[in-house]
This record gives sequence, C-alpha cells and structure tokens, in this order.
Amino acid sequence: MRFEVFIAVRYLKEGKAQTALVLGGTAVGVAVLIFLTALIGGLQRTLVAQTLSAQAHILVKAPERLARPLPASSAVADHVEKVPDRIRSIEQWQQVLESVRAIPGVVAATPTAAGSAFASRGPATKSVALRGIDPSTFSQVIEIVPKMKAGRFALEGTEAIIGTVLASDLGVAVGDKVRLATPEGRGDVFTIAGIFDLGNKDVNQRWVFVPLRSAQTLLDVPGGATTLEVKVAEIFEAERLAREIQRSYGLAADSWMEVNQQLLVGLRSQSASSWMIQALVVLAVTLGIASVLGVSVIQKSREIGILKATGTTTRTIQRIFLLEGAIVGAVGSVLGAVLGSAMALAFANLARGPTGAPLFPVDLTPGLFLGAATVAILTGTLAAWFPASRAARLDPAEVIRYG
Amino acid sequence: MGEPRPEVLRLEGITRDFGEGEARTQVLRGVDFTLRRGEFAALMGPSGSGKSTLLHIMGLLDRPTSGRILLGGEDTGAMDDDQLTRRRGTTLGFVFQFHHLLPGFTALENVMIPMAAAKGRLDASMLECGRALLDRVGLSARADNRVTTLSGGQAQRVAIARSLAMDPGIVLADEPTGNLDTQTADDVFSLLREVNQRQKVTFLVVTHDRRLAERTDRIIELVDGRIVSDQANER
Repeated sequence: MRFEVFIAVRYLKEGKAQTALVLGGTAVGVAVLIFLTALIGGLQRTLVAQTLSAQAHILVKAPERLARPLPASSAVADHVEKVPDRIRSIEQWQQVLESVRAIPGVVAATPTAAGSAFASRGPATKSVALRGIDPSTFSQVIEIVPKMKAGRFALEGTEAIIGTVLASDLGVAVGDKVRLATPEGRGDVFTIAGIFDLGNKDVNQRWVFVPLRSAQTLLDVPGGATTLEVKVAEIFEAERLAREIQRSYGLAADSWMEVNQQLLVGLRSQSASSWMIQALVVLAVTLGIASVLGVSVIQKSREIGILKATGTTTRTIQRIFLLEGAIVGAVGSVLGAVLGSAMALAFANLARGPTGAPLFPVDLTPGLFLGAATVAILTGTLAAWFPASRAARLDPAEVIRYG
Repeated sequence: MGEPRPEVLRLEGITRDFGEGEARTQVLRGVDFTLRRGEFAALMGPSGSGKSTLLHIMGLLDRPTSGRILLGGEDTGAMDDDQLTRRRGTTLGFVFQFHHLLPGFTALENVMIPMAAAKGRLDASMLECGRALLDRVGLSARADNRVTTLSGGQAQRVAIARSLAMDPGIVLADEPTGNLDTQTADDVFSLLREVNQRQKVTFLVVTHDRRLAERTDRIIELVDGRIVSDQANER
C-alpha cells in the first residue's frame, strides 16, 4: 500500500465525526447535483417530446408573396400591406421532396395539402384544419400510429381520421360519416377510419386527416402540396437545416425551434438557473471540505511535524491531505449517487399523471453519475489544496517544540 | 592508543537567531563540536541555554543562521528541504521528551513509519523489521496496541524503536527520560546505552539529570548558547 494512502485513510478513520460530517456534506451536494440534473433533463426531454409529438421538426412552404411597388414610381411607401394569399402549392414539390430527403441529417419528409374546412354531422358543425396526407410517409415524420385510440391509421378513398375531442364534439365513432367542406363550398362525405389522441387538446379538436388527393380537390390545389413536413435526426439541428433548405430552394422553412421560441427560452432559462444552483452547491461543498480539512490540519500540526521529523517529505505531506480530499469526494459521490437516485425516483413516483405515467420523468444516465463523481473528486482535491499546502509548510521544529 | 573513531557529525560556528530587529535574540552564539561514531554523549545546560535548538539544528529540523553542519563529511547547507528530510529520515533518529508518537496508530505502525516514508509504501519486510525492533526494546507483546494505551515508559521504548527503524548512524534524544519516574528513566537510559554499545550507534542525549549524564562517555555543557565545557567522562 502507498504510504500516503495508508496515512490518509487512517486519518479519515480516526476523525470519525469530522469524516462523517464532511462525507455527509459532500453526499448531499452530489445528491442535489444528480437530482437536479436528472429532473431537469427528464423534464426538458418530456417537454420537447410532447411539443414535437404533433409537430414536424421543419415545415417547408411556398415562399410568401411580396407586394411589389409600381414600376417607375417615385413614391416612398411608409406602409406595405400584405398581399392576401390563397392556398398555394410548392412548385415542383416532388423534386424538392426527394432532394430534402437526401439532405444529411434529414430522417423523413412527407407532403401535405393543408387548409381550413368545416366538419359537420347533422346539426353539429366545427371549424377544422384539413390535412391531406400520405399516411405511410406521414407516420415516419409524426409518430401517430401508437397514438390511435380507435380504428387504424390508414386512408383510402373518402376516409378520414379525426382526433378524440372532435369525435366527441360531433358524436361520431369509427365507421360513422362526416361531411367536410371548405369555405369556398367544395365538400364531400368521409367515413371515419380512425380516432387519434396526440396529447394536445387543440390538435385533437381541429386536425382532420384525409387522403392527399381528396385534400387537393377540396382545397383546389390539383396535384399540389402546400407543405413538406420534415423530421431530422438531431432535433436541435432543425434550425440550421431549415435555413439550408430555405437557401437551397428559395422556399419558406420554419423549424420547431423558431415556432416554439418561448419554449426554447424557457428551457434555456431553466438550464441556466439549474447550472447556477449546481455551481453554488459545488462551492458550498468545496468550502465545507476545505474548512473541515483545514481544522484537521491545525489539530494534526504536531503529528505532521513528527512525520516530517521522521523522514516524510513536504510533497508527501501535501499528497496525504490532497488524497483525503479526493477520497472524501469519491466516497461522497457514491453515497450521493445513491441518495440522489433515491430522491429522483421517489419524486418521479410521487407525482404521477392521470395515466399513471410519471409527471416528472427523471434521466438517470451512467454519464450523469460519472460526471457527478468527477466533479466531486475534483472538488474534494481542489478544496484540500489550501489545507494541504498549509500542512506542507509547517515547520517541524516549531510544531514539535510548541505542539 | 587506537585509531580515532571516524567523525559522523561536525558543527562549525553554529549561530541561531530568532526574531527581527530589536526583538532579535541570539540563542546559539557560535557552537563547534564533533561527534564520532559510537560515542554516547550528554548535552547539559540550564533551561533556555539553547539545548533543544542545537539538537534541532543537528537533526536538520532547523537551519542555523550561520555556520556549517557536516553530516558524514557532507555539508548540508546547500540541501533543499526535501533533501534534508530524506537525509534526516535515513541517517538520524530522534527520541523526544514527550515521545511524540502518532496517537491513532499502533506501536508497530509507529515504528514502521520512517521505513514506509523512506520507501513510499508499506510492505511485509517492514512488519518483520518493526516487530524485531519492538522485541529489542522489550515490547513485542504490545506491538499491535494503540500507543495511547501504553504507559509513559512503554511509549518512550516505542519511540526508541522508531528512532532505530532506519538503522541510523546517530540518534538525538531530547530529554528522553524527562517525563518518566526514576526507575523507568533508569531503564530507558540503560536501553539507549545498550543499543549504543551493541550497534555502535552514536547518541547525543540532552538531559538535566546529572546522575544520568554521569553514565555517558562525554558531557558537553551549554550556557547562553555557548559550549562552556566539553569533557570526556571518567567513570
């Protein structure tokens, strides 16, 4: 056994109360780090997943039409009125779709023809968002198949798929008929093939899926697609890829990050406050370890003098106290990992949603434990630096003479 | 007359000042003397005469303000602190008045510490060596006892065993019997003498006890930081 390890371990065992205190402090610190990171990580992952459950990562649309000034006019406009726009298809959308699918980082893309419509059954009429889709590629972009509550996610001829809220509002079930009509008066009767629940009341109330061809007819965009919906592999790359698509094809492309800016700001603020709390916890742990080891150095001054008198070098003395800090960090991180995991799991079990799923899912990953242990060991060693240097500087003759 | 024994330690013009400016006090005022291999010498003097300071300087625990210390013929003045510590660990043994053992450790561990410090690790050979040393001072039965459970005399014996751990050429003892009753003091002193005679280890023992000093080969007397008498002891 290394001499330094032997002495450091013995000193820690010898000062039981001090060691228990400093280990307790470190363990609580590590537990807070693990608990906060796991909770905030899980929360943010769930928030993003919920937000993206009914949303493509990138929406590609035809470019906005701009008002053009009259030729040869010398007038200076102080107000430009937006051109009222009708539903327009993306030009050459089939080629664009194939090119977008080939962009590295894009997982899937699907065409949709979307517009407003009314859904009615008997006296009940509801305003809806009509979405003409190709079910096989659409389900690659938005995970909808597992969220079907009744029927199936497939569309043929004049079939439609609606959300649970709309089904309840209209009082329809799978196999029933509803009439879908656009404000321009084009309409048809559709059979309900399936009912979905995407976990968003507005979506469940307003979205109506019909075959792409039917929507093209109802919205008067024959053979067209108003939107290309894109899924990417790395969700935080969506904004960059949207800009790339916009540049390459001259189309309007909005990423989920742009559409949900408030959510993103919220997530960033949450992360920042969490980091700040964690930094303060690390500082408190550092000061705790430093003060306990500092007191230990004062208490052991005479012993340090004896060790020096019997041939222990200054560097070895320094290493003994640095090791004490590192050991406290390592053992504290193991205890803290157990405590932090227990706290996180207990919290996740306490708060459950109506479905029984945890409201605050926690992300307890090996990387988190490794990170927390690294922080704890580094903190322990760093905190021990001052007491260790102080111990190393002690003059053996003085401490032997005066104790 | 035989060949003079080789020098193991020589002090030349040693002075030691403490404090600065008007508070400056000169504790040692030019000390010269030589210790030879196998000598058993006593250092005497009234309190405040500089005995402990001189012993610390000889033991490389403190540096003189001026003067030279030659250990085995080598000048220690140019050595840095770590070199001095290593040299101290391997060449010199210490016995202090209050034994100065590490309280959280057993008698055996205390004896092993100088060996482990020198090698940077603990191994089985040190256990054997430690037990043999404790056996030599008559404490093998208490080897695994914490030193806090030992009597003053037993603790001082452990301290003597520890001072011999690195097989040093010189042992410096600062009033090793000062804290013991007369009988125990006699026993401890006899043990030091026995080690000196059996292993030819040089001893310099600081003592106030004239009766014990009379049992040494040489008595050096220090008054006000100067050696006032250095005489072979006729027994």
